[in-house]
Amino acid sequence: MNSQSEDDPAIDVRGLNKHFGDKHVVNDLSLRANRGEILGFLGPNGSGKTTSIRMMCGLLTPDSGSGICLGYDIRRESEQIKRRVGYMTQRFSFWEDLTIRENLDFVARMYKMASRREAVDQVLEGLNLTARSTQLAGSLSGGWKQRLALAACMLHKPELLLLDEPTAGVDPKARREFWEELYALAARGISILVSTHYMDEAERCHKLAYIAYGKLMARGTAQEIIDSQGLTTWAVTGRDLPAIAAKLRGEPGVEQIAAFGSALHVTSRDATALDAALRHAMIGTSWHIEPAQTGLEDVFIHLMNTSSDNYGAR
Amino acid sequence: MDHFSFSRWWAIVLKEFLQLKRDRVTFAMIVGLPIIQLLLFGYAINSDPKHLPTAVVISEQSEFTRSYLAAMKMSGYFEFVAELPNEQAARAALAQGKVQFVVNFPTDFTRKLLRGERPALLIEVDATDPMAASAAIASVRELTASVAKKDFKGVLASLGSGAPPFDVRVHKLYNPEGLTQHNIVPGLMGVILTMTMVMMTGLAITRERERGTMENLLSMPGKPIEVITGKIVPYVFIGLIQITIILLAARYLFEVPFVGSVAVLYVVALFFIAANLMVGITLSSIAKNQLQAVQLTIFYFMPSILISGFMFPFQGMPQWAQAIGSMIPATYFMRAVRGILLKGNSWVELWPSIWPMLMFMVVVMTFAVITYRKTLD
Ligand SMILES: Nc1ncnc2c1ncn2[C@@H]1O[C@H](COP(=O)(O)OP(=O)(O)O)[C@@H](O)[C@H]1O
Ligand SMILES: [Mg+2]
Repeated sequence: MNSQSEDDPAIDVRGLNKHFGDKHVVNDLSLRANRGEILGFLGPNGSGKTTSIRMMCGLLTPDSGSGICLGYDIRRESEQIKRRVGYMTQRFSFWEDLTIRENLDFVARMYKMASRREAVDQVLEGLNLTARSTQLAGSLSGGWKQRLALAACMLHKPELLLLDEPTAGVDPKARREFWEELYALAARGISILVSTHYMDEAERCHKLAYIAYGKLMARGTAQEIIDSQGLTTWAVTGRDLPAIAAKLRGEPGVEQIAAFGSALHVTSRDATALDAALRHAMIGTSWHIEPAQTGLEDVFIHLMNTSSDNYGAR
Repeated sequence: MDHFSFSRWWAIVLKEFLQLKRDRVTFAMIVGLPIIQLLLFGYAINSDPKHLPTAVVISEQSEFTRSYLAAMKMSGYFEFVAELPNEQAARAALAQGKVQFVVNFPTDFTRKLLRGERPALLIEVDATDPMAASAAIASVRELTASVAKKDFKGVLASLGSGAPPFDVRVHKLYNPEGLTQHNIVPGLMGVILTMTMVMMTGLAITRERERGTMENLLSMPGKPIEVITGKIVPYVFIGLIQITIILLAARYLFEVPFVGSVAVLYVVALFFIAANLMVGITLSSIAKNQLQAVQLTIFYFMPSILISGFMFPFQGMPQWAQAIGSMIPATYFMRAVRGILLKGNSWVELWPSIWPMLMFMVVVMTFAVITYRKTLD
């Protein structure tokens, strides 16, 4: 199955649209995810990530557009899709008044798992929760809820995982463990779509898709996305960064200024104009400038700014 | 595609049971509500009021009239507050609510009695609140028989054997339909079950939606019919517990006769419970939020109290009210319960009350399954 991943994608949706009232929440979204691949789904809050994911697993009906998920039509065959997909909701959505084991038992029964008891025991062991299996899910801390939710949505051994901001509010150590788990799953041929706000996580994905205001702005590997925008970035260091930023802002050719630790990243599509602007602004100052690698974050900030310009102009 | 899955259905049933078990407030309500309602409705309406103000209209005293009035007083139900000169005065006293009963011995009552002409003794009742009067009326019938036995000795012995040698005519004023006491408890059974069953399940789906767990439930495989029927199963048991509480109260607190079969009653109740649960879950499914669900519940509950024959005698209602009442399962259930408890009805006589309940249930269930939203749209 994995070998033919190119012509048998895990997700292949085309021209999806969704409106809520007169709000165009997902705008002509086309997206493809290969089998065994981790696809990072990025975009600012309210850009339509959750809505898109819900349409892919049949929880929302698109206003228009079509799509295939694991070979099944997202409009007509959502029953088949549901059986093969593990969906982890953005908000914890297991039953807080059921214990950990009862939640897992419920899920296993809903998927008609043959060896329910063993599967549940195994998950509890894997989570190190065997001793606390009779604790109410509502009494778990945020991080543990995430882990329970992930374990529960993988209980039925899905072929595709749709994870909606699974690591929001999870500590770094738990996040790292979580990603190790995702790699292990992907290596076993499981396809994963994961939405996130974390840049380090974005960099870990095989492929990325960036969406803003419901529109897909860029997609590909991290490097492809960076290259596609053709940005030039300089790192500016000096004594008073806010003052430098204030001075540079509005200079012709300076499109974007973002603080990165002890440096300012100044970015533009027009390398010559940026070069000229910096040289001009530097006169009589003790700033130090050097060319910098344009990073994913620079690109995303750039994409967000340009898309909001587009949005405002509409 | 696959069919109804018992495994999935059972998953829902178990989940609902567990959630119900942990929901202390709801659980307390399930047992508490019928008891509170029984006490409020049952006792407020069914209390066995004694010492009701009574007037006497009497033209001549005799040994018989004295002993009859003494027996009435002995029963504890009647308190003689006035002796009125004539029928007109009696009507006025009743109209003003000064007295609730008037005992009227017509002229020549004793003479006719001795002649064996079976004179009639008239008892007029203010039956505005029929419940208040019914026990007293019942006692009149009893004491008439016993007075006849005891008093007609000696000269009158010949009159004392067999039927009483006089008639007692009870004339109910203002509410001639007058429900009897025993109508209330069976009616209450319908009211309590309607209220609790519809209320409990009325929130079943909106709650999932508002807590966000609906998204999870919908992302799993599951058919509307599995979710809908699975969710109501625990409440069927709750309904049966409530029926038992009410029946015990009916028997031992309110002394309702149990002429018919209790087993039949449980079966009929099961249909009624299922019908109401279906209503609840349907309302829950179409409501946008919990508040709306509660409002819809009340909207359904009102006619079940007002025009089902619980509040007012069904036959006495205007045509339009009867027509609406005929579409509510509570109407049929109350009829059936009265039929079973008071008249000892069998399946044949109960069927006209049973099939509308079943039909109602099927229609509502179909509607619920069709309108159940399988997406978050
Ligand atoms: N059920 C809904 N009804 C109305 N508006 C919605 C609904 N769900 C989402 N939205 C709106 O659609 C936009 C996109 O939401 P969402 O898909 O949750 O974005 P993201 O997951 O990227 O943060 C937001 O503006 C949100 O308010
Ligand atoms: Mg979201």
